[in-house]
Amino acid sequence: MLKISQLHKSYPIGDSSLHVLKGIDLSVEDGEMVAIMGSSGSGKSTLLNIIGMLDEADEGEYILDGLPIKDLTEKKAAVYRNKFLGFIFQSFNLINYKTALENVALPLYYQGMKRKQRQELAMFHLEKVGLAGWAQHLPKELSGGQNQRVAIARALAANPKLLLADEPTGALDTKTSYEIMEFIQQLNDEGKTILMVTHEEDIANMCKRIVRLRDGVIMEDKKVKQVRAEQYV
Amino acid sequence: MFRFLFDRDTWQEVYDSFSKNKLRSILTMVGVWWGILLLIGLLGSARGLENSFNRLFGSFATNSVFVWGQSTSKPFKGFQEGKQVRLTLSDAKKIEENVEGIEFVVPRNQNQAQVIRKFLSGNFNINGDYPLLDQVQKKKLIHGRFINQNDIDNNKKIAVISEEIYKQLFDKDENVIGEYIQVNNINFKVVGMFENGNVNMGPTTDIHIPFTTFQQIYNQGDQIGWMMITGKPEYDIKQIENDAKLLLKNLNSIHPNDKRAFGSFNLGKEFAKVTGFLTGMQFLTWFVGIATLIAGVFAIGNILLITVKERTKEIGVRRALGATPFEIKRQIVVEAVFLTLVAGLFGIISGGWILIILDTAFGQGADATIVNASVSIAVVFIALIILVILGTLIGLIPAFKATSIKPIEALREE
Repeated sequence: MLKISQLHKSYPIGDSSLHVLKGIDLSVEDGEMVAIMGSSGSGKSTLLNIIGMLDEADEGEYILDGLPIKDLTEKKAAVYRNKFLGFIFQSFNLINYKTALENVALPLYYQGMKRKQRQELAMFHLEKVGLAGWAQHLPKELSGGQNQRVAIARALAANPKLLLADEPTGALDTKTSYEIMEFIQQLNDEGKTILMVTHEEDIANMCKRIVRLRDGVIMEDKKVKQVRAEQYV
Repeated sequence: MFRFLFDRDTWQEVYDSFSKNKLRSILTMVGVWWGILLLIGLLGSARGLENSFNRLFGSFATNSVFVWGQSTSKPFKGFQEGKQVRLTLSDAKKIEENVEGIEFVVPRNQNQAQVIRKFLSGNFNINGDYPLLDQVQKKKLIHGRFINQNDIDNNKKIAVISEEIYKQLFDKDENVIGEYIQVNNINFKVVGMFENGNVNMGPTTDIHIPFTTFQQIYNQGDQIGWMMITGKPEYDIKQIENDAKLLLKNLNSIHPNDKRAFGSFNLGKEFAKVTGFLTGMQFLTWFVGIATLIAGVFAIGNILLITVKERTKEIGVRRALGATPFEIKRQIVVEAVFLTLVAGLFGIISGGWILIILDTAFGQGADATIVNASVSIAVVFIALIILVILGTLIGLIPAFKATSIKPIEALREE
């Protein structure tokens, strides 16, 4: 699904530069559920952004589903993001003046899908996250957990190969976090490949594999026994 | 390519971003609205003034000059100074044949006479005229016809009178055509009646009779009172005047440098002064209007820049979801054009109202200062096209600003 080798990234800070990623090697198979852990500044978000084509590596190779990701134009990157990737953010990043349904339909809009078809599909995904009854509500009328579920539905809408989650439970309380994790686990059970950045051990343990980063290198990469979230809910 | 213009979502987006910043958007649009309103209002008023001037000169061919004989101020070829100069029909004919750029030469004669009908009488101008006069000084006939060639050939005793004369010599609602009036104790049959025309110079008390008839009853021979020379539009009337005068001096044995032998009034020159003023005013109007418009459009660009800055994160999200930079830019440009167009349309409508108000306030009656203040559809279209172009250009600035930052940085923005 995903293969990264010798990935380097540095950011200029004033006259010097900050070397954030120092040669990352990582490969992820179809159907995996990987947690990327590390303290702040370890480079985990940068890695996720490069995988998400929101940022570009300075050096190294990145192959997504057999497709080398290199020197993309903005347009091509946008098309790839739309086709291959679904994003889940810590702060949900829903568009606040659009209803839940419209938010979910947005990636489909950028695919050029017809309005009617788009809304049907978006409704289907909203039903899947259990929010069909809230389709016409604005994000501010929903709770944090509901918002994150809308965001997940949006990430799923375009049927991406890979789900990228950046601290998906970072803004939620423990109970809601587990509910969201339960949902993400279900998606993984259905065969979606999931890559998530987190700094919470309990959340990481609900994945199938944990990759630990420190100072831009991978410290540890191990398979774990998945803790099912439904037992806490 | 333009399918997105008919897409409901495009306009949903425009509406959303507008309703999010209602007050600010409206305040911004005021700039463009005001610009267009000024443009339409000023252009309309300028046109109104022009129309009122045109009404003033309306019945005259404006590219014309009147020439009459006076007395010489220089001795020449054995003639003493002070010789009376009278123009003749052959002078008129020679001018028509020899001066370049002539359209018509209309010889005229005029006299005052007592006119009697039944028990009413008055002192009026009796004009001896050719049918040609109707070409250079249009008569708006209410009844009947003007003098024709048959009248000239047969020295017919017919008269074309002004409405004012009808009022003085006839009873109200009385039939005028075919009635007789007495001029110098000779009966003339009335064949036509024309509108008084320009009221600013007082009502016209003119009676037109065939030139040949005039010659006969006043025993004028070949002499004429004055002639009206009109030039073709592409010729300079000043030059025609000079050429005609020189020819006249030559024909009448007058010193070429004699400035007083002929009197003249160059209508074209006077008219040019007025039209020059009007052209200047129109230029000023366009200048002021367009400048205000540009200022307004810049305000819209400014507001969109701020909006784009505020929506940086949203734009980042959209790009993460697969919006291409082109789609983002297109949306912002559409918003800019939409704002300018809507503001512009409101400006055009309220500009129209201003013109209606101007018309009711100053445009009524025959001596109105502003006549039919209006702008042509073409001007409105030009204004709209300018708006679309300016809106597009100004929208490009925030559009490029929106896509200039990387999506990752946009997402980090709080």
